[in-house]
Amino acid sequence: MMQDSKFHHGEAATTAPIIRLEEIRKHFGNVIALNGVTFDVRPGECHCLLGDNGAGKSTFIKTMSGVLKPTEGRILIDGQETSFSGPRDAQDAGIATVFQDLAMIPLMSVTRNFFMGREPTKGRGLFKRFDHRRANEICVEEMRKMGINLRGPDQAVGTLSGGERQTVAIARAVHFGARVLILDEPTSALGVRQTSNVLSTIDRVRRQGVGVVFISHNVRHALAVGDRFTVLNRGQTLGTAVRGQISAAELQDLMAGGQELAELEGSLGGTI
Amino acid sequence: MPVDTPLTDERIRTESWIARLMKRPELGSIAGLILVTVFFLITANSAMFTLSGIMNFLSPAAQLGILAIGAAMLMIGGEFDLSIGSMVAFAGMIFGALVVNLGLPLIVAIPLTLAFAALVGVVNGQLTIRTGLPSFIVTLAFLFILRGLTLVGLKALTGGSTQLRGLREATAQDMLAPLFSGEAFKGLFAALARSGVIDTFPNGTPKVPGIPVEILWFVGLALAATWVLLRTPAGNWVFASGGDANAAANAGVPVRKVKTALFMFTAVCAALLAIMQVMDAGSTDARRGFQKEFEGIIAAVIGGCLLTGGYGSAIGAFFGSIIFGMVVIGLTYTQIDQDWFQVFLGGMLLLAVVFNNVIRKRVTGER
Repeated sequence: MMQDSKFHHGEAATTAPIIRLEEIRKHFGNVIALNGVTFDVRPGECHCLLGDNGAGKSTFIKTMSGVLKPTEGRILIDGQETSFSGPRDAQDAGIATVFQDLAMIPLMSVTRNFFMGREPTKGRGLFKRFDHRRANEICVEEMRKMGINLRGPDQAVGTLSGGERQTVAIARAVHFGARVLILDEPTSALGVRQTSNVLSTIDRVRRQGVGVVFISHNVRHALAVGDRFTVLNRGQTLGTAVRGQISAAELQDLMAGGQELAELEGSLGGTI
Repeated sequence: MPVDTPLTDERIRTESWIARLMKRPELGSIAGLILVTVFFLITANSAMFTLSGIMNFLSPAAQLGILAIGAAMLMIGGEFDLSIGSMVAFAGMIFGALVVNLGLPLIVAIPLTLAFAALVGVVNGQLTIRTGLPSFIVTLAFLFILRGLTLVGLKALTGGSTQLRGLREATAQDMLAPLFSGEAFKGLFAALARSGVIDTFPNGTPKVPGIPVEILWFVGLALAATWVLLRTPAGNWVFASGGDANAAANAGVPVRKVKTALFMFTAVCAALLAIMQVMDAGSTDARRGFQKEFEGIIAAVIGGCLLTGGYGSAIGAFFGSIIFGMVVIGLTYTQIDQDWFQVFLGGMLLLAVVFNNVIRKRVTGER
């Protein structure tokens, strides 16, 4: 087990979950993408959803963010059963999704990206306008809280690194009232330093009481910030482990579904 | 987190104002305008830069500009409309039919014409969005459809001619006519002529009777478009829809509505131009607006719009159109063969596209 004292880990186990999905099944024609997945997120925790490609992670996230409707199963928000008729419903319930590369527009400034679709305005009628000054102030302040000092609020997002872009997207979601933040492979395309920036962003967000769903197939990244770990394999949950009760090797094995990787690891000398 | 990030990053130099200026999308067109002005100051007859000479080139610039501003807005929103040239002829026919054949007053005919154009814009927009085809192809189809409909329609209306006459007679007495034809501020110009501020003919009437109304529409439209783009939430949605429709939609921008509205706006701009041209000429012709779609798009590109969308400005298109008008008319004031215009057009387009690419890389920090 990788020791990591860098991050605070919440006492999440006692609080009630914000969102709970029970026995979710999703069929596409004769393909069973999800076959009974149970998952919940509590305020102030980072719950990692691990799984190899094709395990059903994307289908599950889309169900949680309201893009797909489950074939069977229940979705509970604050203990109340709900159903999402679309992504807007989920957003209104405080479930925000940050997609890896579909969140930001490189040619636009950080502020314009930050408030995209939710611009603050001043004035009335014909003179109702985008309140740039307030938007800039909020944006610079929110980014500073996340540890990024912008050259200026008019700096184009294209000039930011991949990690910083993720951070802008996360800061945006939190500013607009996200209670649960779904991060889809936020670190998979990033370098070492940028990854650590994103992980520390996750830590900051968690300390504000937001529940984070961290989707990854990288066990080390997950172990660095995760409080709980759920492994998906072939559309099913293989159980949820609490931090400290499971090692990287065990997680890795679960993700791969057992044998094959164990053999491989032998020949590679434990470098995966 | 124990690490406190410093307030300034030592790796980033503060930007000079020149570097900031370099990032404005309209920079290229302003530089181009200065270049062209200097060129004509040297080569052209001095009559070009008298008041009447300036009105002479601003008038065609304004006519193109009304199209170009619409085209620029749509390009920033990530789409093209190749049917705007044909739309000028089509809207001219609709307008002519309403005024001459149905005898409607302008207060009814003009809104109806604009509404017809907007409807075609909706069709263009919805087809593009729903089929997912490039707008280039969809509107290319409408370039031919509208031109053909205009030819067929005009022949049906007139009994075989591709020209519909009698608009001047039908609109001369209308109280809305001064808004769409002739010159504005005639009283002011007459007063200026009497006090000797501006040139007059020997009989005392000013050489320039007033500002052609299309110039006022052009300026007004450029200001309004700039206001919307830079100062309103809708402007942010236009940039976002063009920059990355998927990301914009994920963030809650009504991308489909924005794009449809832009197609409508572009078509309405073309119809507005058609109304003014038809009222000035007194007749409508099936060949009106021929190839204007290309000139409009070129003016928008010279103005800094990227072909891929998400970047550009209405003010850039404004200056791009003035460059255009200056060269078309300016060449007649020089010894240079006027047909060089086409060569200039192509050259300018190439230069602008290359320049825009460089600017885009500066903005996004690509290396």
